[in-house]
Order: sequence, then structure tokens, then C-alpha cells
Amino acid sequence: MPGPTRGFLGRRRTTSDPRLPPGQYDVGGDWPVLTAEPTPRISPETWSITVDGEVENPTTWTWDQAHALPTSAYRGDIHCVTTWSKFDTHFAGISVDTLLDVARPTAEGRFVMAVSKTGYTTNLPIEDVTGGKAWLVWEFDGQPLPIEHGGPVRMLVPHLYFWKSAKWIHTITVMKRDQPGFWERNGYHDRGDPWKQQRYQGD
Amino acid sequence: MGGWRTATVAGVRRPVVRSVQLRLDVHDRVDHLPGQHYVVRLTAEDGYTAQRSYSAASAPSDPLVELFIERLADGEVSTYLADVVEPGDELEVRGPIGGWFVWDGATPALLVGGGTGVVPLVAMIRHARDLGRLDLLRVAVSSRTLAELPYADELAAAGALVVLTREAHGIRPAARMTGMDLFPLVEPGQTAYVCGSAGFAEAASQLLVGLGVPPSSVRVERFGPSGLPDAWR
Repeated sequence: MPGPTRGFLGRRRTTSDPRLPPGQYDVGGDWPVLTAEPTPRISPETWSITVDGEVENPTTWTWDQAHALPTSAYRGDIHCVTTWSKFDTHFAGISVDTLLDVARPTAEGRFVMAVSKTGYTTNLPIEDVTGGKAWLVWEFDGQPLPIEHGGPVRMLVPHLYFWKSAKWIHTITVMKRDQPGFWERNGYHDRGDPWKQQRYQGD
Repeated sequence: MGGWRTATVAGVRRPVVRSVQLRLDVHDRVDHLPGQHYVVRLTAEDGYTAQRSYSAASAPSDPLVELFIERLADGEVSTYLADVVEPGDELEVRGPIGGWFVWDGATPALLVGGGTGVVPLVAMIRHARDLGRLDLLRVAVSSRTLAELPYADELAAAGALVVLTREAHGIRPAARMTGMDLFPLVEPGQTAYVCGSAGFAEAASQLLVGLGVPPSSVRVERFGPSGLPDAWR
């Protein structure tokens, strides 16, 4: 770690907020949009979510079927690898546990690949999407999730950097072995824990 | 890519208002691919750090790494880089980063940039010029005015269609980029690279999809004025 940068003061800061992981800053009321592909057009009528791969019971839910499942909400913080964090967000949808309870991953299913309608992919250890740590969400602050933020339905894995929370979620494939997703193939970390600053491969 | 490296500032220029062009001598540098970015990390006396990403404008063949940074009024990092940095200063950098928004130098590409979103496209143009393959590129750029367009002369020399939203340009009146602007540039087999603000990138990528460009052939890099890494703006 080299010394300070000549003449750099930085934003005025008081005591550091314990909710802020290292290297992050509070973006306040903004919610930046970052995607690597054109925004798709997805209507609730044609949306569905499929859980397949290493499962005993591959299952697809339509919009109505997914909405008939027990709802689950998240209130808390989200952290983007591009260094913004957003505090006290409120999302609602369903828990990924609810889907996996039906699809029943086999004992060999240890990772998942989240796949978007656009073809975007991101890989996660199955422990990171079970035990109440991951959601499919269709509401933000009580309103339908906007398309640019992944609506009508996106994944939400708030304890990891936000590229793991795939927009426009379409399929969750359970896998025996880990495989890199889109950003993971392009230099980003396989797990992405913001508290460990796992931004890039090798961190 | 590796870890953090030291870069010595070799040149500071301000060819366009509210922005700065930095030429960096990156120690033990790994050559980048055109379109990739660097992270710049600043450290205050008390150890506080701030980091942002900036696309390289330079070609891989350039002995220095050139960054072009828009100065945001409330930008913690961009105001420092634009107002304080002098030749001889040392900065901490990490990179090159990114494997998606890169051009391979061998296949046809359509480059569409808005504002400082032209920066990674300039790296692609410079690389094409090095290779003698400018014929592979079609370029369209948008800016409020010509004076605010980074690398305006180089873009024009590369045959870029220049769209200005706040002043007329040649026979073209001031107006946003339209499908009619992009239509003559679209060819089968191209990969499209769209870079600009969130609004520009969304509009431009939808124009391309509307012209029949497969969404899977459109690569987008967005950034927004909210303290985001400036290369993603």
C-alpha cells in the first residue's frame, strides 16, 4: 500500500458508516443503471422462471404461478462492484428457497447459474442462494420493478456484489461444478463478497 | 491484470471544457485491448480511498496509457484528476480490466458513442489505424456541441458520423441520434459497441435493435452522473 495521493482530500466524511463495505460509497437516493446488453422487452404474460439442471423435479412457474407462492421481502443494503452502495432498499417477491424446495437439487448440485432473458449469466455457490439469502423480486419500494432495473423480475442476492443479482431472470440451472458466468469470464470474481472486496479474479 | 501499480503522470491536457486528458506511464504495464478500462485509486492522508474506472483512449501500441476524464461538478475523483493532478504526480492504477467491451481488431464493428462515451471507441479507432484496418469500423458519435466532443478531429478523420444535439452540423440540424442516422452504418456481421450515459446507451441500443441488429451483437457500456465509475458513464 503506497502513501497518500498528493493533494487528495476526498469527500468530507464523518465517522464511517458500518453498513459501508470497504471501497464503497453511499449513492444516496440514486440507483445507477449498469447493463452490458440492450434492455429487453418482457411482458408479465410471457415471463416465466425455470429451475433445471441437477434437480429431481425441474419446474417452470408462470407469472401467475410465481405470484401464488408465499411472498418474501428484503429490506437492507445493496452493493455494486463499481463502488456505489445503496442503503435501506426494499424489494418484494419470493424466496429462491421456495423454488428450490419444489425443484429439489440433488446432493451433487452445488452451484447455480442464473440466466437472464438476454443471455446474461452469473454463477453462485448454492449456499449463497439458499437459507433466506436470495430472492426473485418484482417490486421495489412498493412499485413494480422498472425494466431498466431488471423488471419484471430480477434475482436479488444482496450479500454479494450486485452483478450476481441477475436482471430479467429466466432460468436457474443447478450445476455439479462451478462455471464462470458473463462477468466472471470477463475478469470479475467468482463469488463477489463486498466485505472481502472480491471484485476481480484473484482478489 | 494483476494488482495495483504505480503510474507516473506524463502529461495533462485540457482540450475540451470540463474534462482532462491524462497521459500515464504505468509501471510494469500489461497491454490493454481497445475498450478496456483502468481503475484509478486515490488515497487521502488518513488512509481514506476512492476509486473510479476510466476507459483507455490510447491504442495498445501507445507507450503511455491515455485516459480522458469528464469533470463532474460533484465528482470526488474526477475533480481531483481535472483540477489537482500535475505532470510528475504518481497515481495508483489497476488494469486493464474488462473482457466484454473489447474489439478484437479483426472483425467488423459499429461504434456508437455519446459524450465521453466516445473514449473507448477512440482506442478502437486508433488500434484499427495501427493495423491499417479502419475499413472494419463504422462510427457514429453524439455530443451536445462540437466543442464538447472529445477527440472530435480524430473521430472526423476516421469518417465518424457526428450528431450534435444542441447545434447544427453541416446540413444536419440539432437533433438527437435517430435510426435514420445509424441505418447507413449497419452491416451484417458487425458487432456493435455502444457507450455513453445510461439514457444515451439505452436509446442508441434500442435504435440498433430496431434496425434489425441482433441484441446479442450489441455490447453496451453505460454510465450515469451519480458518482459512478466515470468510464461506465
